[in-house]
Amino acid sequence: MIDPALPPHMRPDRSFQALLLTLQRFWADQGCVILQPYDMEVGAGTFHPATTLRALGPKPWKAAYVQPSRRPKDGRYGENPNRLQHYYQFQVILKPSPDNLQELYLKSLDAIGVDLKIHDVRFVEDDWESPTLGAWGLGWECWCDGMEVSQFTYFQQVAGFECAPVAGELTYGLERLAMYVQGVENVYDLNFNGREGAEKTSYGDVFLQAEQEYSRHNFEYADTDMLLEQFRMAEGACHKYLAAGDAGEKHLMALPAYDQCIKASHVFNLLDARGVISVTERQSYILRVRELAKACGAAWLKTAGGGA
Amino acid sequence: MPDLLLELFSEEIPARMQAQAADTLRKLVTDALVNRGLLYEGAKAFVTPRRLALAVHGLPGKQADQREEKKGPRVGAPEQALAGFLKSAGLASIDQAKIQSDPKKGDFYIAVVEKKGRPTAEVIAEVIPEVIRTFPWPKSMRWGTGSLRWVRPLHSILCTFGAEGDEPEVVTFEVEGITASNITRGHRFLAPAPFTVKRLDDWMAKLEAAKVVADRDRRKDIILNDAKDLALAAGLELVEDDGLLDEVCGLVEWPVVLMGAFEERFLDIPDEVIRATIRANQKCFVLKDPKTGRLANRFILISNLVATDGGAAIVAGNERVIRARLSDAKFFWDTDRANGLESRMPKFDHITFHEKLGTQAARIARIANLATIIAPQVGADPVLAEEAALIAKADLLTEVVGEFPELQGLMGRYYAQGEGMAAEVAAACEEHYKPQGPGDRTPTAPVSIAVALADKIDTLVGFWAIDEKPTGSKDPYALRRAALGVIRIILENGLRLKLSSLFADLAERLELPEVKGEFRYRTPGAATEEAADLLSFFADRLKVYLRENGARFDLVDAVFALPGQDDLFELVLRMKALARFLESEDGKTLLAGYRRAASILRIEEKKDGKAFKGPTSAALLKEEAEEKLAAAIDDVKEHLAKTIAAEDFEGAMTALSDLRAPVDAFFEAVTVNAEDAALRENRLKLLDEIRTATRAIADFDRIEG
Repeated sequence: MIDPALPPHMRPDRSFQALLLTLQRFWADQGCVILQPYDMEVGAGTFHPATTLRALGPKPWKAAYVQPSRRPKDGRYGENPNRLQHYYQFQVILKPSPDNLQELYLKSLDAIGVDLKIHDVRFVEDDWESPTLGAWGLGWECWCDGMEVSQFTYFQQVAGFECAPVAGELTYGLERLAMYVQGVENVYDLNFNGREGAEKTSYGDVFLQAEQEYSRHNFEYADTDMLLEQFRMAEGACHKYLAAGDAGEKHLMALPAYDQCIKASHVFNLLDARGVISVTERQSYILRVRELAKACGAAWLKTAGGGA
Repeated sequence: MPDLLLELFSEEIPARMQAQAADTLRKLVTDALVNRGLLYEGAKAFVTPRRLALAVHGLPGKQADQREEKKGPRVGAPEQALAGFLKSAGLASIDQAKIQSDPKKGDFYIAVVEKKGRPTAEVIAEVIPEVIRTFPWPKSMRWGTGSLRWVRPLHSILCTFGAEGDEPEVVTFEVEGITASNITRGHRFLAPAPFTVKRLDDWMAKLEAAKVVADRDRRKDIILNDAKDLALAAGLELVEDDGLLDEVCGLVEWPVVLMGAFEERFLDIPDEVIRATIRANQKCFVLKDPKTGRLANRFILISNLVATDGGAAIVAGNERVIRARLSDAKFFWDTDRANGLESRMPKFDHITFHEKLGTQAARIARIANLATIIAPQVGADPVLAEEAALIAKADLLTEVVGEFPELQGLMGRYYAQGEGMAAEVAAACEEHYKPQGPGDRTPTAPVSIAVALADKIDTLVGFWAIDEKPTGSKDPYALRRAALGVIRIILENGLRLKLSSLFADLAERLELPEVKGEFRYRTPGAATEEAADLLSFFADRLKVYLRENGARFDLVDAVFALPGQDDLFELVLRMKALARFLESEDGKTLLAGYRRAASILRIEEKKDGKAFKGPTSAALLKEEAEEKLAAAIDDVKEHLAKTIAAEDFEGAMTALSDLRAPVDAFFEAVTVNAEDAALRENRLKLLDEIRTATRAIADFDRIEG
């Protein structure tokens, strides 16, 4: 149930930002570290080192954060009511996964105004796999009245390493969830700040122009020569940092190396959107990123954060 | 007799795994009990999204006591042997053993080992943890800090054992920190509080009260009946869908069937697209208007909740999602029709079919060419066949097929119809993919047949050229299915095609693209070899197909052993005639005569180290019987040539049966291994003539029985 003490503009069913703040508040109450977004372009919240790397190794970890996510290929020039090349994911990672993770998730839905007495929430099989991260897990997509609102995954492997203990990951698609609780059909109509009349700022006010411009960029103008070079450089730098940081039992530069892996992955997504990667090349690019991810995972396990 | 109740309570089990898991649980537990001497009267497994359960009815309270006699060494055996015996029988001293007398072997020791039967509950406590730890889920996982694997986190185990009327006991055991109890929970939202249960009937009743229908079949019945009732009340008909029903009954513990609607304007979209949209994305059923036979603008959804608002919010939510999905589908459908199929074609220039086989455009051109070659042989108009082949793949690049790959072909047909293409062309767009599997029908319209054959043969010849053939269980390009498709189209339509020339011709014309800056030149003659190899692959597939359809595998082999077999339909006719012939008296006797001839030849050819080949010399035919046989062979050969040329295989068999009497008479009257070497050789040549004559039909050496 939505906290009745909230002023109207802070209600998660009235304001996009309030939805986000409510989730942060909820997971802060569960003992999570509330992080800010990672300062790099990523395709999903999972890429944040707070998930990918922290899922590895024996140390307990609880974190939640919003992650702007970029999927260059999903751009629709601002003309599709549901698809965006830039959107927000709310990411929760709990390691080890607690026994009541499903209940916690349902409570979080309740907190943002999904009344579980009238809405049909279902856990429908959806196993997760990230070929570029060398990661997979089992779980569900969570449906609310037939709409997928979250992904729920028990990580089994990340960067090619077994996860022990196992981390539970929740990913909320914030725009979709907000559209649902606000009852709007078009993402650009979402009320962003919860104000009305002249004071109201919509999601379109904030992001429509960006969607149009980036769609142009992603599909038509992104400089492919530069991107091909950037991929090569990021890959090279990643290897270089991994080698330089390798101190035998310990590793001293897992995080900077992983940044380059993230960069390579995003550059690949842009190249893919520009249509300059053939089907067979595509596979080999994915493998190259995975090799980086695996090497970074191995390095992380030799750091303090990785439990070494 | 006491009953066992077991319930494994977990997070949501994937719907597609539930039925199998229930069967497996029943089998594993009951087998383990039977192996330990615990027979039972009945067992039934239950499964819902959150629980996997089993009731075993009529078990004994304990295992039967066992008494076993262990035979020991003879009395007076060395110390070492005695010590070993005492140890293996678990005796403290030899005084505890009995002595048994044997009149032949003398006295020896016997130990009587008595094993008390254990209480069944104790055996159950040993069996269940083992079953849980080794349960064969298609995919399993770990969670938290544990090492146990289950399909999703396992939360609790309920296990009781006891006779009716008694208070059943909780079977105590523990699996990785989960202790068995008599506690379970009801529906996640409607009755989450824990409660205790005793046995099956109690469990069922309390679960029902806690809004859980444990029996999967009952959930299916409820869904189907309620869905039909709702449809009927709206004057509509449910479009039944067993696959979907199987899935949705695994997504709910308490099915609540509701009806929603979408705007009528979406009914412009073809029914199949609406159905695919609603089924694939939303797992909802569609409804038909019995007056028009077309879909209605209603759908049936199965929720898992008795909502306090009567389901209004659930229906509204599902309607929203379906509206959005149908909007997408309509947009795709409209876009595709506005673009037209022809507009898709240039894109194939940039799509690789296979790295080593070049673009889709090149492949389509080859298929069109081949279809025009095949067309006259299957009674199709070559112009239409070419037109159909050129457009048949276009729908792969339409928006609707991009979204729903399972609608490939069908969409091509719709679009071709809409664009006013010839009916044969439109039909071929859909039918050239057929048959898709053993249950699918083969195309019968000539233009569809021509394109279907061209498509499949091009695939096969292409992958043969780049040496990507199926091996063992690996067949990533479904080449076996393609070959079987060709076989079925030919046989079921009675087509006469010379496959080897089709293969060789196509292989010859195949231009392999440059790969990684290298042109690959195929050596001269490679095309011929590939075609021959592909034909032998077809022979294997045909054998498998015929055997699966009940043909004698030795006859398939016998007919296939002849060189140059590439007319599949003829081959099958010949095999069937041969099978009937061999069942007749003439056939059996001739086969016996043939074997006698072949056996003598084998022995003598080995002895002399050379083969005897006809023709015979007429001057050396001394006996009447051999003269008659030689004459009969000449006659039969001539007859066979005529009848086979006329494809009169029954006639050919009659001709062959004319050999029976002369062969019999020959063996009766003539000694093959005559003293005179020239006579002997001539007679052996005569035997070879028998062999040669039969070869017009089959290799009789390969016939068994």
